[in-house]
Amino acid sequence: MHYLLLLTFRPGEGPEEGTPEFEAEMRRWREINQELRDEGVVVAMSGLQPDATTTVRARDGEPVVTDGPYAETKETLFSFYVLDLPDLDAVLAWARRMPAVEYGSIEIRPMMHHEVP
Amino acid sequence: MTGAARALERAYRDERAAVLAALARRLGGDLALAEDAVHDAFVAAAVEWNRRGVPDRPGAWLTTTAWRKALDRLRRARIERAHVPHLAPHAVTYDLDDELERSSLDDDVLAMLFTCCHPALPAEARLALTLRSVAGLAVPEIARALLSTEAAVERRLGRARRKIIDARIAFRVPPDEELPERLGAVLRVVYLLYTEGHAAARGDAPIRAELCAEAIRLARLLARLMPDTAEPHGLLALLLLTDARRPARLGDRGELVPLEAQDRSRWDRARIAEGGAVLERALRLPGPGAYTVQAAIAALHADAPSFAETDWAQIAALYARLEELERSPVVTVARAVAVGLAEGPGAGLELLDRVAGDPRLERHQPLWAARAELLRRAGDPEAAGAAYERAIALTENAAERAALERRRAQASAPP
Repeated sequence: MHYLLLLTFRPGEGPEEGTPEFEAEMRRWREINQELRDEGVVVAMSGLQPDATTTVRARDGEPVVTDGPYAETKETLFSFYVLDLPDLDAVLAWARRMPAVEYGSIEIRPMMHHEVP
Repeated sequence: MTGAARALERAYRDERAAVLAALARRLGGDLALAEDAVHDAFVAAAVEWNRRGVPDRPGAWLTTTAWRKALDRLRRARIERAHVPHLAPHAVTYDLDDELERSSLDDDVLAMLFTCCHPALPAEARLALTLRSVAGLAVPEIARALLSTEAAVERRLGRARRKIIDARIAFRVPPDEELPERLGAVLRVVYLLYTEGHAAARGDAPIRAELCAEAIRLARLLARLMPDTAEPHGLLALLLLTDARRPARLGDRGELVPLEAQDRSRWDRARIAEGGAVLERALRLPGPGAYTVQAAIAALHADAPSFAETDWAQIAALYARLEELERSPVVTVARAVAVGLAEGPGAGLELLDRVAGDPRLERHQPLWAARAELLRRAGDPEAAGAAYERAIALTENAAERAALERRRAQASAPP
């Protein structure tokens, strides 16, 4: 089963770039990402550009393009994973090891089993 | 009642949960389909057992029949394809009788309990789902118990069952390393199941014995599952020691008898002995928590020859410990009652004053009942009368309200 993991945090929270804590966190990310790849459960994963989001909507046939995310929130969506795992507990076991749970949050969305048309 | 009808009733009471759990596990956690199929199986049993006699192993008969009914339903609805990913590849072909011999039915019930109490489900849905699937309550009963409407309970159950399937919450007892963090939610629901049967703050039937019995059975299963952890034993001890007093809790006219006035010769001594033994085990194990402390309090009550000769000082000390563990003003109220009996009403009232302004307690009936009692003993009948009024207004159970009204009358009567 495929699960989408959405990782968010509030800018300013968590370790700051250039500090030893930040380096330590990066090491943890590299470790867990390597383990995920070794286990063969990664369908897709990537960090996301923090400040380059564009939203498009069509109203009355007119596409409206705006800068920024659709919903204004304090949280930034900074990374995502699509993992192929047998059940929710398996996803939770991986997610709780990701440093983001300590200062941000990880939303787990089960993906529908059928193919997207 | 015919033999077949009696057997059917017994099977519903004793085997329904195990049949449902065995089926749901094989259906990949699809509780909705499992419920429907088990219902079909009981309908079939009502006809068949009457006609051909009761089978040797009613549980196995029901499980096999329910399994066939589930497959019929899948076929009829032509949703096999949608369900294939959930069904283990062997599920459709394997030999059910053989499986029944090998697997312990209790394991299936435990798996169902842990699934119903998964932290990914909303807390209020966990209790509703457990009441429905594990305890076998009908939706109208659950609605009454949870002060909700049938439609709301149906919605809550439906959403929870769908989430188990859609998010694929594993239908199993978690592996050992995950058990400690999953345990709390399960103990909580089993405890609520018991209090639902025992306390009944609303409705006019104060005690529902079958819910109490089911909660104790589940607590036993949990203690057996985790023989080296304190809290499952603490919960089991608490339930046994509380249940031991059940025969004395109701008067001849069904009215609630307060602890003070209970006929202690009617307490179930065998249950007290068993509860005491389980408590001793809990106290020797690592990680005693709130349930173990509450069991220790219940044990002191159970061992006291009378209300006056109860070790209130020790009980007050245990409530102080519980306060540290739970940080709940509700515990402070209970502690104030014990302190009031150990050290006098003044000390109890002083403690109550600390939480009196807490908005969470505004509609907390025991606060006002305790306050009334302490004020009466402190010799302030007027303030006591006002507190009794407030307590009575917050009591929905008729028997309990009658008890409070009697006390209010005593308080205002000249000494």
